[in-house]
Amino acid sequence: MTDTLTNRAVPDAATQLDIYRRMIRIERNDDATRTQIRRGRITAPYYSARGQECIPSAISVLLNDDDKICTIYRGIHDMVAKDMPLRPLWAEICGRVDGTCKGKGGPMHLTHPETGVMVTTGIVGSSMPIANGFAWAALLDGTKQVTVAYFGDGASNIGAFHEALNLASVWKLPVIFVCQNNGFAEHTRYENGTSVDQISKRAIGYGMPGYTVDGNDPLDVYAHAHAAIERARSGEGPTLLECKTFRFMGHVFGDADGYMTKEEKAEAMADDPLPKFRQKLIDSGVATADQIDEMTAKAEAEVNDAIEFAMSCEYPSDDELRRDVFAEEIPA
Amino acid sequence: MSTETVKMNGLQAINAALMEAMEADPKVLVLGEDIADREGGGVVGVTRGLSTKFGDMRVRSTPIAEQAIMGAAIGAAMAGYKPVAEIMLMNFTTVAMDMIVNHAAKLRFMSGGQSQVPLVIRTLTGAGNQTAGQHADFYEAWFCHTAGIKVVIPWTPADFKGLYLSAIQDPDPVIIVESGKTLFVPMDTPVNQGPIPLGKANVVAPGTDITILSYGQMMFTVMEAVGQLAEAGISAEVIDLRTISPWDKETVLASAEKTGRLLVVHEAGKNFGPGAEIAATVQETLFGKLKAPVGRLGAPYCSVPFAKKLEDAFLVQPPAIIAEAKRLAAMG
Repeated sequence: MTDTLTNRAVPDAATQLDIYRRMIRIERNDDATRTQIRRGRITAPYYSARGQECIPSAISVLLNDDDKICTIYRGIHDMVAKDMPLRPLWAEICGRVDGTCKGKGGPMHLTHPETGVMVTTGIVGSSMPIANGFAWAALLDGTKQVTVAYFGDGASNIGAFHEALNLASVWKLPVIFVCQNNGFAEHTRYENGTSVDQISKRAIGYGMPGYTVDGNDPLDVYAHAHAAIERARSGEGPTLLECKTFRFMGHVFGDADGYMTKEEKAEAMADDPLPKFRQKLIDSGVATADQIDEMTAKAEAEVNDAIEFAMSCEYPSDDELRRDVFAEEIPA
Repeated sequence: MSTETVKMNGLQAINAALMEAMEADPKVLVLGEDIADREGGGVVGVTRGLSTKFGDMRVRSTPIAEQAIMGAAIGAAMAGYKPVAEIMLMNFTTVAMDMIVNHAAKLRFMSGGQSQVPLVIRTLTGAGNQTAGQHADFYEAWFCHTAGIKVVIPWTPADFKGLYLSAIQDPDPVIIVESGKTLFVPMDTPVNQGPIPLGKANVVAPGTDITILSYGQMMFTVMEAVGQLAEAGISAEVIDLRTISPWDKETVLASAEKTGRLLVVHEAGKNFGPGAEIAATVQETLFGKLKAPVGRLGAPYCSVPFAKKLEDAFLVQPPAIIAEAKRLAAMG
């Protein structure tokens, strides 16, 4: 039913290490975010993507800065994977004027066009229709740019998914629709809300290839993303990638996880993509344990620097309420 | 500039504006259901000839998928294009409200000014053709209540041309409402009609006893009533508001202060309608200077009915305007 990849691209050693670098940067950043919230240093709604690091990391090594992503409220991992600088990211999480959005968007709505982070939406499903617009613009511009639309398994049940995939296929748009299927739509278990056992099967209805991918295996994600991105760059149109994964920290920070069993969570966490890939890199001789530890320490230092920077920034002035409503400032 | 005029209707004026804008600026795009010549150039022919002249990449017919239309317009606008997206009828904006309200209107503010969404939404509405409750509503109050989107409802063909030229080059999202009759009634229009600034009302006729404010196809009804009021010895100053949000407070307040009386007439429901905001603002500002409370006429609190007899009763008719103007003129 769902498609099978025949020609699998394999990342070279340097690329594998780059995937890990992005994964550990995401993990250290996520850990620090939860710590800061727990300590009461920041108050913000936070949707951790702990466990999903591999997906955007293995995709982002195939993207250029001018390739675009449209992501969702559980999307900070997607941005960090795209190498968004952490200082403005943290200043935004902390609601400061030096944040990417001057403290007016917050952790659910970061934007950073320099690294291609174009839209982060808090509305389930809304990353997809907008991604189509960027892809249409790329066709008009005659570039080979692609746009990645990230969304969750829950979003594949909303109307915007259907409208966006249909249009992208009819217009042969260079979009990669990446569903990060973590098994739960908020608190609702996958099978209680979704009509098919694999979201990738829905691609058949839109006349595009659809793959179910092991979202915890960087090499599997890389191979499929490679095929999808090549297809998009060569003008053949969109692809739907369903990357199966698990979120370790529930729907929102503070979530009691009452809707899943302890056993299934423990089983999922035993398949944590980070230590697994770390071991694989060492076993295959791509890197030594020391090199990886150094990489981890570097990520941690970058995160700590960003937090201290953010905490030292000013809050936005009340005048910001009159700015950016329109291009022209609203008179006081 | 030549002062030569020609008889044309709103439909021809909008077509001329789109032709001119697309000719002058390769970034201008047009999209929507049935808009290309292959599909007849629009449901009433507003976009006829555009796809033949500018090609089907810049003038794209879409599936009946309003979220997909708005999403594509938003993404393309953020990527530097100036899309004119047709949502065939104003009632159909309801199925794209997430895209319009949560995204088009808000992304500039939520991104701290990094995202620009310079798009125009074209939409048609208005009672009088027995299309009943899902094809004829004036929902401008919803959009006026949303910060970040401008709302324009022209009456004359000259205004359509001039306001479209401005809206297409405006850096912010603009919704332009085309109301039934305004598309089909020919009027004298300057051959070289250039841009008309948004946010400026037009004092259509000077008067001394009362100011009557309206917009869109209701202006035809108002003009009929004003002629009869003149015969009855009441001199009405008539304002065509043209842009409903942000509205031209200066012109309206100056006129209301001069005549001492204001009557707001619109096709939208009176309950929480734009007249309520205008009346409140005028009374807050001119309390003590007015000779009468601000009068408001709008549709009753019900859906647009089908039966001709009911539809006539639903719409504000000249006798209601005359009676209300006479009542206000007798005060103070």
